[in-house]
Amino acid sequence: MKYAARIIDITKEYPLKGETVHALRGVSFDVPFGDYVAIMGPSGSGKSTLLNLLGCLDKPTSGQLLLEDDDIGALNDDELATVRASRIGFVFQSYNLIQQLTVLENIQVPLFYLGRLGAAERIRCEEIADLVGLKDRLKHRPAQLSGGQQQRVAIARSLVNAPNFILADEATGNLDSVTTEEIMGLFEKLNNEGRTIIMVTHEDEVSAHAKRVVRLRDGLLQSDIINENRELLLPPNTRIKDTIPADHA
Amino acid sequence: MLWLRTVQLGVKSLLLHPLRSLLTVLGIFIGVASVIWLLAIGEGISFEAQKQIEGLGADNIIVRSIKPPSEETANTRGPVPYGLKRFEFDAIVETVPTIKSALPIREIRRQFSRGEKMVDGRLVGTIPDYARVLRLEVDRGRFLEPADVQSHKAYCVLAAEVAQRLFPYQDPIGRTVNLIEHKDYYLIIGVMKSRSPTAAIGGSLEAQEFSNDIYVPISTMRQRIGDRVWTRRAGSFEGEEVELNQITFRVDDIKHVLATADLLKAMFDRSDVKITVPLELLEQAKTMRLMFIMFMGLIAAISLLVGGIGIMNIMLATVTERTREIGVRRALGAKKVDIIRQFLVETIVLSIAGGATGVAFGLLCPTIVDGLRNFARWQNPEFVAKLPEVMQAVTPIIVPVSIPLAFGISVVIGVVFGIYPAIRAANMDPIEALRHE
Repeated sequence: MKYAARIIDITKEYPLKGETVHALRGVSFDVPFGDYVAIMGPSGSGKSTLLNLLGCLDKPTSGQLLLEDDDIGALNDDELATVRASRIGFVFQSYNLIQQLTVLENIQVPLFYLGRLGAAERIRCEEIADLVGLKDRLKHRPAQLSGGQQQRVAIARSLVNAPNFILADEATGNLDSVTTEEIMGLFEKLNNEGRTIIMVTHEDEVSAHAKRVVRLRDGLLQSDIINENRELLLPPNTRIKDTIPADHA
Repeated sequence: MLWLRTVQLGVKSLLLHPLRSLLTVLGIFIGVASVIWLLAIGEGISFEAQKQIEGLGADNIIVRSIKPPSEETANTRGPVPYGLKRFEFDAIVETVPTIKSALPIREIRRQFSRGEKMVDGRLVGTIPDYARVLRLEVDRGRFLEPADVQSHKAYCVLAAEVAQRLFPYQDPIGRTVNLIEHKDYYLIIGVMKSRSPTAAIGGSLEAQEFSNDIYVPISTMRQRIGDRVWTRRAGSFEGEEVELNQITFRVDDIKHVLATADLLKAMFDRSDVKITVPLELLEQAKTMRLMFIMFMGLIAAISLLVGGIGIMNIMLATVTERTREIGVRRALGAKKVDIIRQFLVETIVLSIAGGATGVAFGLLCPTIVDGLRNFARWQNPEFVAKLPEVMQAVTPIIVPVSIPLAFGISVVIGVVFGIYPAIRAANMDPIEALRHE
């Protein structure tokens, strides 16, 4: 089986005010391609640390993080940056779009840093913007968009580099319930198309849509269960193309 | 491609805070413009001075008789003898080997008339070399010739302005002019072209005007007028006894000028003779110019430094303000070098904008100085007339090297003062930066 990410007995320690914090004390789980995992846990459980490790923003103290078969722990700062640009799609709670750039330019950022922003890629960026329903907002600035629209830009941005997985950090935390449902629907459709999604959240309503829920507590894996009662927002196997409104097609 | 996009991004980021960027650019703009302006004005002033000194001839040494102050001569009855003597002239010409030629000059203020018309002027007794040494050109007729001097001819040559006033409608050549005080007539053999006056040079040489001159052979002058001259002044007569007012020595080689000047200074170590060495003045002027340029350069450098500090200040603030953006970019795959490039490009864009506009404004310096002067003259002529001569006349000269210099310095300042904020941005921990509010 091919894995988007494998976490093998990872620990993470860091110093804080002269003391050593054991944020993760040996966590292991695998994320196969096509999975839809929700990582949950109370604050202090090591959730954020795991997120930073999965996002290749940090390296584990011990243990291994494999993306496909590559060990992330062995990479230097520049190589990690390249991994982030090419294999991970970030979606943040507060969208984190770059204010001075247009919607289209924001979507292009990961490709820009990969040095792969040719004519074909530009067209692809527009197509992706179209997929998330932003076709007529390409020239807008983030400040001119609603929260839901901004998060859709962020999701489009996370898709441009065809990542191993989308890493969503409380992606609906700043949105109202209607927009939350809209964004969760979008994730569901992306997952139906075969994309891997790892979502960090503390809300049960959000994790209820995932195929699998991983719970952390005190830096250890508390549970890793298949979500038997998964709530589907859409008819099974709905893909993005099925739901594009006529005027976007 | 990468750079182009980075520059585009930099411009966009800077335009997020147009006023802030404008003020930062202004700092560099003032620095660059002041480098060019100060150097241009300095060059203009020193060029003017050098031109005047060079007009005297770098291989000349000018020895002049100076009238002693009247307190010293108050007890002397009759005309006061002072100044250069003919035997001194002869002795120097005979014995100093480095002197190529010597030009004796005798000057008296006199009145000339022709019929009803009268001119207050300067009667100059000299030899034919005078015209060449002082760069006077003949307009009509001829200047004095050696034969005129040898045979004590009562010939004279008029300056253009004198000829114009005495003979407005006639050809002066072949006619005579009357020397009223001496009841004597001179035959006019030539008219000179008009020559602009030389300005005074730093107190060592008075301004010389040529427009009221009448030139006669020095031998004729000695024979007909003599050394004693009485001048009517405010109801009383004043007498003086002078053999020569000035000798202009020409030295055979410019290398010998200073040694010859030292010799002459030793010889005329007295208060009624003054020696002017244009070469010395020229050297002084060059030293002055160098000091001036260094001084101006220092001021300009300080203003550029201040501009640079302004840039750094703003960039540090910008980096802090955009911590979140830096975190996002790092998360999306920006390497440290990408972040450094981004912020460095912003500072360079700022400093180039300042540099380019500064150069443009610097190039306008002569035009603006001229325009301001004309405006002031039009608004308040009395005020302008009271200004020092330098301020009235100076034309700034753009020093060519100052343009690439100023521009280059501004870019260097952009890099130097931009690199620290950029490195600081790049070294931020992406996790911390993402969490930054």
